[in-house]
Amino acid sequence: MAQNFDEAAQRELAKFLEAEQAKARLQQSIHTFCDLAFDKCVTKIGNKLDRSEEACLANTVDRFLDTSLFIVRRLEETKGSM
Amino acid sequence: MSDFGNYSSGGSMEAKKQQVMDQVRSELALANAQELINKINEKCFARCVTKPSTSLGGSEQTCLSNCMDRYMEAWNIVSRTYINRVQRESQNMGGAGGF
Repeated sequence: MAQNFDEAAQRELAKFLEAEQAKARLQQSIHTFCDLAFDKCVTKIGNKLDRSEEACLANTVDRFLDTSLFIVRRLEETKGSM
Repeated sequence: MSDFGNYSSGGSMEAKKQQVMDQVRSELALANAQELINKINEKCFARCVTKPSTSLGGSEQTCLSNCMDRYMEAWNIVSRTYINRVQRESQNMGGAGGF
């Protein structure tokens, strides 16, 4: 199959695939966060998400990422002091 | 699922390249949609069908409809928040990578 494409086309396809893989990873993270945040924030199933639920969903994502950064920093610090 | 090798013969290389790209895009979109449906199925079944009986009752169906809509709303909010964050972080790091 690769013989069908010249070198420039193969390079372009490789770049395209890399971008699509990054997109797939991003979407997968969104699924994970949504799973987590939905359980935390949407306690009753109503006709619309209310303001506080919306805020909770956004905060959950941001604080989860903060937590991730915090843990990495903390581990780096402890590594330095050992 | 059609396979990548299945090109119409005689097309130009450019057309074949576009064909491959379109196929990758649509498979990714499909995988994303399937994942969303699985999550909705799992979450909404747990929330709405607390005591499975011989059929889905009217109130269970109403709950399932609402739950689907709420989950998709939530997905959009989470998606927006995460993408904003990724963009912000990668600007802070001088455009280098990010997460």
